[in-house]
Amino acid sequence: MKILGLIIVVLVGAVLEYATIDFPPLGDPASPASTHVSPRYIEKSIEETAVPNVVTSVLADYRGFDTMFETTVIFSAGVACFLLLRVPPSRRPQRASERQYRHRLTGLTFRIKGGAEVSLPLHEFERVDSIWTPYDFIIEKVCRYLIPFIQLFGLYVIAHGHHSPGGGFQGGVILGASIILLSVSHNLRIALKRMGERTSALFSPVGVFIYAGTGALCLILGYNFLDYQALAALLPGGPIMARSHGIFIVEVGVGMAVMGTMVWIFKNLASLGRYDEGL
Amino acid sequence: MSAHYPALLVIIPLLASFFISAAGWLRPPWCFPLALTAMGGSLLVSIGLLADVIRGIPDLYWFGGWAPPWGIYYRVDHLNALVLVVISGVGFVNLWAARPTVDRELPEKAGAFYTLYVLFVTGLLGMVVTGDAFNLYVLLEIAAITGYALIALGKGRAPLASLNYIFMGTIGACFYLLGVGYLYIVTGSLNMQDIARLLAPLHGSRVVTVAFVIMMVGVWLKMGFFPLHAWLPNAYTYAPSPVSSLVAPLMTKVMVYVMIRMVMTVFTVDYAFGVLVLNEAVVWLAVIAIVAGSLMALAEKDFKRMLTFIVVAEVGYMVGGFWLGNRSGFTGSVLHIVNDALMTLCLFLAAGSIIHARGESRIQSLQGLFSTMPWTMGALVVGAMSIIGVPPTCGFFSKWYLLLGAVEGGHYGFLAALLFSSLVNVVLFFRIFEIGYFEPMEASHGGASHGHAHGHEAPAMSEAPLGMLVPLWMTALGLIAVGFYTGEIVGRVIRHAIPATMF
Amino acid sequence: MEDILRQIIEKDNYWIYITLMMVGLYAIIAKNNLVKKIVGMNIFQTAVILFYVSIGVKKGATIPIIEHVHDTAHTAIHAVDYINPLPHVLMLTAIVVSVATLGVALAIAITVYRRYQTLEEDEILKQIREP
Repeated sequence: MKILGLIIVVLVGAVLEYATIDFPPLGDPASPASTHVSPRYIEKSIEETAVPNVVTSVLADYRGFDTMFETTVIFSAGVACFLLLRVPPSRRPQRASERQYRHRLTGLTFRIKGGAEVSLPLHEFERVDSIWTPYDFIIEKVCRYLIPFIQLFGLYVIAHGHHSPGGGFQGGVILGASIILLSVSHNLRIALKRMGERTSALFSPVGVFIYAGTGALCLILGYNFLDYQALAALLPGGPIMARSHGIFIVEVGVGMAVMGTMVWIFKNLASLGRYDEGL
Repeated sequence: MSAHYPALLVIIPLLASFFISAAGWLRPPWCFPLALTAMGGSLLVSIGLLADVIRGIPDLYWFGGWAPPWGIYYRVDHLNALVLVVISGVGFVNLWAARPTVDRELPEKAGAFYTLYVLFVTGLLGMVVTGDAFNLYVLLEIAAITGYALIALGKGRAPLASLNYIFMGTIGACFYLLGVGYLYIVTGSLNMQDIARLLAPLHGSRVVTVAFVIMMVGVWLKMGFFPLHAWLPNAYTYAPSPVSSLVAPLMTKVMVYVMIRMVMTVFTVDYAFGVLVLNEAVVWLAVIAIVAGSLMALAEKDFKRMLTFIVVAEVGYMVGGFWLGNRSGFTGSVLHIVNDALMTLCLFLAAGSIIHARGESRIQSLQGLFSTMPWTMGALVVGAMSIIGVPPTCGFFSKWYLLLGAVEGGHYGFLAALLFSSLVNVVLFFRIFEIGYFEPMEASHGGASHGHAHGHEAPAMSEAPLGMLVPLWMTALGLIAVGFYTGEIVGRVIRHAIPATMF
Repeated sequence: MEDILRQIIEKDNYWIYITLMMVGLYAIIAKNNLVKKIVGMNIFQTAVILFYVSIGVKKGATIPIIEHVHDTAHTAIHAVDYINPLPHVLMLTAIVVSVATLGVALAIAITVYRRYQTLEEDEILKQIREP
């Protein structure tokens, strides 16, 4: 198998490399890729959409239809992980077969096997995961203080996609990462208390619905799908500013969808569908 | 409103999928009706588009109001419209048949299942109707990811089969993306018609040749063209029945459409057949595919797995028919896209109802089925007649055009392969009829097979539920109806899709 | 010959990315462990992404964010000064697609592990053949 793999790989690599002889030189401003379609994007972006970040205006306006399907891809990946991994609560045993509790003051750990029912005074004991890492005070406290600022930064990245590198995807990933950090530094149950299963599962479709719904709204108002100048009837500022606002609305939708899906996929993968113990 | 049909075709199922997903959490009984409305809506829109195209109004749609090549656009012509009706029709019919299995096996996650189902059909519809090469990649990935997840739901080997499908499918999609990238480097555009215009002076370039080869290999990987078909038998056999009867008829046929669209619209027929003289080689590859698929189907002991090898052989028919390079071959290939989707749907639905009633589909255990499940076996007979190629079912007509094309093109190897595989199909299906009709069910059968006590189950084994029989018979009758309407389909639609320079 | 060699070395970025793609492709085909195959798939997709991004490079140009000047009517915007934004947009989509595929592949790998208790492909095939 390895020899066959090596032969295939060398052949394919040679074929691909053979074509690069006819490529235009690297960095050539007169190459077809740089002169055919892109100059209009760069030159007319501010004039037609009032957004200085050309990547955002191309992503969300000129080729906005692609981006809507991209958001759908990430949504369907979240649904797929849920469908494959989630063990429904009715089919799970009531309690995990082995649980561990740690006494806060002394640090002693008790292991309870066989799913037995034990009632422990919760203010003295806390539940610890089976993949137990030693309790680290610094990580827990530092992350607890950092997470709100991370989320604020994520919101900033979404909102400033017009003027600086950023946008819906990037900001959404940062927001999702903040919840994942909460889960990794504390434990999964605390992250579940902050953002429950239903919340993250509903953020995804609502986010994509904002995107597709804006497009459908433009359709209803009489223009083509995702033609934001239709929104000039609803928002102040004229057709060009309406494009800028439309781009912002869909970026918010994208951010919500990406955040919800990242958290949802993480919860399903890390806890193997049981939502009980995890990273 | 009809000007917006190309957009509505994809938007209706997309919006519905969000509602289905939310309903799965908030109001579970609404999931199935919402999915049904979505599929029914896109079926109606695609019929409207076909009617428009027959009347001679080609539909062009600019998304965001931007003219191509700066924006994305959808273009519906004769080739598209036919395949769209087939896809939405199969999706709609199969949804009815999926319901009993989903209710029995995945009751709590039905919302997620229907969401992925509707998104799969959305991805396929979008792939067929788009006029932008990169948009096709995104929609291909939607269909692919939802397909991987749906296939991995099965029992037994399904997750491993799905993982192998992921690896080969991702390689195929990335090869397609590389091909688009190579074309972008030399033309600077992503719009299919624009690329065709800009490629015209560049036909001798190495980049275009390599782009063509790489895109073809990628598309062949995804459609299961022998010898790149290794993922197909396992993935389609071990998937749950409603999933295999959705994916098997559609995915390979849509990839055949993508191949035809790439060669016809982007690279143009003159280049593929004139400059790069590859058609002989590809037709011989198709001959090998047909023969190998038929032989491997003969060796199989499981009914569903046998069907998947028949699918591999059918892919060989379509690829070979197109690359013959003449009008009859093209007509046969496009007609076969329609017919094969219906035939595969009929056969896989029949296999699904057999599995629903019996729990397994080994050929040896199909004894006495004609008496216990007469309706299912009746539809199976119609499907088998169509695959063999017996008039008036539709399978006969597409085979006829393919044979005509082989004779006109002088490819006697292809002719021989077609006849060989028809013979093999006769043997395969008559073997099943013999076991099902003539051999009575034995009470003590199953001594060696994991304790299946067929004797005890004899009174409990009955016909499949009505929810599975009605779609099965609709498809079987559809096979005969499409056969009768072949003249209309070829004359009004396919004839106008043939590129003018094909002889 | 010398000419062709010079042409290939001039475009060394494409050469590097194609090598990276082939490394990923080899991992998918030849490795035994399922997670290593998934990693190889990710390397392959990432190399394609890097390949596309390198298409958009222009000599002496800056990132495609137009400077905020209050009276833009006076300063004309020349496309030569900014790199090509289109490959970046396309690759945002490709990155998202590769993450989604990775997520689904890992979920399926977990399902495989639940069923067979191992992630080595030869052991799984042995378990399948002799249940």
